[in-house]
Amino acid sequence: MGDLGEVVGAPAAEGHKDIFQQNKMPLLELRDIHKTYHLGGETIRALDGVSLDIDSGEFISIIGPSGSGKSTLMHIIGCLDSPTSGTINLDGVMIHNASARQLASIRNKKIGFVFQFFNLLPKLTVRQNVELPMIYSGFSSKERRERAMNALESVDMEDRSKHRPSQLSGGQQQRTAIARALVNNPKIIFADEPTGNLDSNTGERILQMFDKLHTEGKTVMLVTHDPDIAAVTPRRIEIRDGKIANEIDPKLSGQTPRFNIGTNN
Amino acid sequence: MNLLTTILSGFREIRAHWFRSALTMFGVICGVASLVTMAAFVKGKENLLRESLAQSGGLERITVESEDDLPDYQKHLEDEIRGITLKDVYALRNNAPLVYNVTPIIEKRSFRSDLRVTRKGKSTRYTLLQGTWPESLDIMEHEIEHGRMFSDIEDHLAKNVCVIGTEVRNSLFGEYDEYGETIVPIDETIFINYKPFKIVGMLKEYMTEEDRKKKEEAKKNKENKERGFDWRSMRYKDSNSRRSMIVYSSKNSSILIPLNTLVSKLDSSFESGSKMDRSLSELTMKIFDVSLLEKSLQQVRNVLLRTHNGLEDFEFETQESFADDITQAIYNERTSGMFIAGICLLVGGIGIINIMLSSISERVREIGIRKSIGATNLDVFSQILTESVVLAVSGGIIGLISSPFLIDALASYAPDTTPPILTVESMVIGFSFSAITGSLAGLIPAIKAAKLDPIEALRYD
Repeated sequence: MGDLGEVVGAPAAEGHKDIFQQNKMPLLELRDIHKTYHLGGETIRALDGVSLDIDSGEFISIIGPSGSGKSTLMHIIGCLDSPTSGTINLDGVMIHNASARQLASIRNKKIGFVFQFFNLLPKLTVRQNVELPMIYSGFSSKERRERAMNALESVDMEDRSKHRPSQLSGGQQQRTAIARALVNNPKIIFADEPTGNLDSNTGERILQMFDKLHTEGKTVMLVTHDPDIAAVTPRRIEIRDGKIANEIDPKLSGQTPRFNIGTNN
Repeated sequence: MNLLTTILSGFREIRAHWFRSALTMFGVICGVASLVTMAAFVKGKENLLRESLAQSGGLERITVESEDDLPDYQKHLEDEIRGITLKDVYALRNNAPLVYNVTPIIEKRSFRSDLRVTRKGKSTRYTLLQGTWPESLDIMEHEIEHGRMFSDIEDHLAKNVCVIGTEVRNSLFGEYDEYGETIVPIDETIFINYKPFKIVGMLKEYMTEEDRKKKEEAKKNKENKERGFDWRSMRYKDSNSRRSMIVYSSKNSSILIPLNTLVSKLDSSFESGSKMDRSLSELTMKIFDVSLLEKSLQQVRNVLLRTHNGLEDFEFETQESFADDITQAIYNERTSGMFIAGICLLVGGIGIINIMLSSISERVREIGIRKSIGATNLDVFSQILTESVVLAVSGGIIGLISSPFLIDALASYAPDTTPPILTVESMVIGFSFSAITGSLAGLIPAIKAAKLDPIEALRYD
């Protein structure tokens, strides 16, 4: 158990390189996840038996064309949706049969979301936006302010804390959103097409920011349709028709597939 | 999410759409203001009526009057009628323990032209002369402001003394002398049917609390100095208020003299024979316990039937019917006022529902974002509900603030209504009604918002 504690507790800088550690408990464990929708008498299998383990400190991307089920997968892992069948264990909590209230609390404390359209509240200032998750977890206003400023500092936005989102560029808005995702110190950060609404230079900076978070030990999951973006992550999972079609995992193969996944697909 | 944060965000929401919020609040403002205003007017009227009820002796006072019309089965005994006499008074004093201060009264009124009250060429317009015993002071709720009441000895000796009301003073002496001081005509002599009477006491001036205030103000303003304050200028349109004003005016126009004096010196109809057989205008008394009204009346009736040899040539008059009229009138006005205020609040509430529904459909995305970062359904529910309550309560507070102005405006527009009285009670009720309206109106939008699916909501444009 000392072994395990060491691995989980110190994923730090070279966590993903530690490819020989196979016996540690995964942060996220999906087993045979199914999700079906009924649309006008038709049954749509959005997810059709997905099983997946994600370790703490991993930087992975979920890739697939639109309609492949990758968003559904992210919503289910992100506790916004629940699966039709299958089990999910997130950090020791079986979230597939948790109540709505528990799910809200998990979203609040263990998960950070970064969206394509930033999804900041336009009426609030940058700092108030970052404080928002902490309002639902019951921090005092002084604590909220301190932590929000720390998070903004980590994304170089502290000098914009009094601006409204409409006064910011897309990149700045996305950095604010990242600060908001980080502020409650979540176990895992989901980024759904985080660069989809940004020009390529800004997008590059945002991706670097995720890479930096990863090297600082955060678990980050990118969801994208773009193989070039997915290429920044060591581990890539390709979803097609609700199934895992292809997976590149440096832990299993030993290869370092940086920036070459695009040619494989 | 704590309450303060929620309330603050509610205010932020109102400020963000202040014009829309103001329009929405208007219904609640009207509702609360009309509720409070209505309550103030009803309260003013109620106070006036209750004061006058107390002034006329309250519920404890009962009066017995002669009744010439016998019940059918006694019709053939009509010539036996002797009316109420002093015998009855003594009989009741000795035999009816549930009543006290049984007092005889013989009344003369100036408009029946058998009464003239004069002094130095001046005479009174309307006067109510009452020959009675000193106890009547308590029963009629009289208060002596200057001098004293005549005594039992003066009654026994049939002295020419009198106690006058202020209106009599006003007619015969004027109210103020040339220095603006109130005239107190104690020890002066007036003539009642050309016989001299010494004034030994003067009653206080009876008027409603509101009128008293007005009079003091007028006095300060040095107006009305020559004329004196004329209560007749206070005219009330509805019958209940008028009835209560008569209570005040007839008390002010009273002259009280000893019963014996009246019988032996002023009564031309009085022939020889025993004083005891002189028929009285009425006899009046108080009961010890209002809850024993029925029993007391029965007791008095039993005694009187004995002294009247079984003839029912008398009838009771209690203040109960007056009290019932007051309650009924107040109830009617309150109900109709509540109805109007209720409709205003209903309309205001529907306005709030409407605006909250459109507000949440504008903010579907916001709700999705809040849910995705950890807001529970309850958080969203309470946020929307709080916004609605904040909206309604703000309207309620504005309504409360504006109600005194509304009351003043209405009172000056219609000066002949009874003066309104703003009560804290009605303001508390108005405020809580606005809060209730807000919470009921917020319920549907809040449930709708809480039920939103976060994924759908995030996708919403």
